[in-house]
This record gives sequence, C-alpha cells and structure tokens, in this order.
Amino acid sequence: MADPMRIRAQAAGDKATVRVLMSHEMESGQRKDAAGNTVPAWFIQEVTASLNGKVVLTADWGPAVSKNPFLQFTVKGAKAGDKLAVTWKDTKGDTRTDEATVS
Amino acid sequence: MQTRRDILKRSAIVAGMLAGTGLFPQYALAYNKSAFEAKSVADVLKALGSSAPTESKEVTISGPDIAENGAVVPLTASTTMAGVKQVLILVEKNPAALVARYDVTDSVEANFATRSKMGQSSDVYAVAITADGKAFFAKKEVKVTLGGCGG
Repeated sequence: MADPMRIRAQAAGDKATVRVLMSHEMESGQRKDAAGNTVPAWFIQEVTASLNGKVVLTADWGPAVSKNPFLQFTVKGAKAGDKLAVTWKDTKGDTRTDEATVS
Repeated sequence: MQTRRDILKRSAIVAGMLAGTGLFPQYALAYNKSAFEAKSVADVLKALGSSAPTESKEVTISGPDIAENGAVVPLTASTTMAGVKQVLILVEKNPAALVARYDVTDSVEANFATRSKMGQSSDVYAVAITADGKAFFAKKEVKVTLGGCGG
C-alpha cells in the first residue's frame, strides 16, 4: 500500500483551491535498469475527487505525469468544513483514498 | 455419465471465460488506452473522437520557458470558454503525446495544474474539448536542458 496523499483545500469566496500531492513512483515504461532491461510501466491511471461524497472531477493520466504527482484544481461551491476526498488507481490495480477538510 | 476428465475440462473452460470477461471491461469502460498511446496531437484527438483543433485565445497553457529538469515540468491548462467537457495536456515530442485528461463537471473550474515529464524541448499544448466535440488549443514552447523520459 502506498503512502498517504497530502491534500490541502483552501476556501476563498465560494470556491476552494485544492492541492494534492500523491506519493507514487510513476514508472513510464521507457526507462532501462542497470542490466538494460526495460522497467515495466507502473503509473496512476485514474484520479477522482469528490466533495461531500459527490464526484466533482475525474482525470485519466498517462505515464508522462511526474513522479510523486502534484495536482491543483478549483472546486466551485465549496465552503469551510466540507469534506474533500481524492482517490487514485494505478496500473497494478492498487488504489488509495484520502480525505481532507476544506479550511 | 461424466468422467473426471470431462469435469476438469469443463471447469477449465469456465475459468477461462470468467478471466476473459472479468479483465477486459475495466479498460473498455473508463480508460482510453489508444489516446494515451497515440504519438501525435492529431492522433490523440482522433482517438478521443474529436475534430482537428483550432487555436483559441480563450485557452491558456502556462509553464516555464526553460525547464532545467525534464522530469518535473509544471504545466497549467485552463480555459474561460463555456461548455467545455474535457481539458487535455499534451507534450508534442514525448513518446506518447497525451499527458493527462480531465473531465470538467459543473462544480469544478476548467483550470488544472500538474507536473509533467518531458523527454526533450518541445511544444506543449492545452486542448479544451467542448460538448459538441470541437477542440480548441493553445501552445507554448518549453526548452528542456535535461530530459526526463529515458534512462
């Protein structure tokens, strides 16, 4: 199981800026190891964000997203105290969900 | 009468069928694999079922002019256009052009920032796809001093 994500959601007016830092290797499938064998691809494929249980954003990622991915987006109609959850799923079928409170 | 061999054979067939149905739909439903394997910007849009893109001032891409480390290039794609359903971030000269695809819902602004890998200096694109399949783009050149894709 992967390390937890770091999520910050800050409300400003009627919207909130959400910053997520995930912990993932994001192997592109292009790299070769010391012996010259290709390192198999292993990256986050799907990211879902939900506000108070309602899905607000879904994203598909390719292998070209950087290691330990960072994502920033803005949610409309979010206020302090709302629950924001982010879920990712990688190519090995591993998944992780973390939750933060909008402040 | 059923022999042991018959039963074994049948259970093997059933197991095969289960594996076939169980694994495949996962890809077919959500993740558009061909779009992420497409080499050029035009091929990506074709795989997503969109038309050829036109340049638009309402779409913006921002990132550094010169990226020292191609493994982490911060890119932001945003649009002020109404009725946008998807926002894409693409790097033209990467082994596969599409970096990320975001579904825009009513409760999220069409403004996304991600860090991306870049193999070499290239044009980067932000593409906004509207509900009727029209695509609009903005591009910017990013120079990379150290590539981040190979090894």
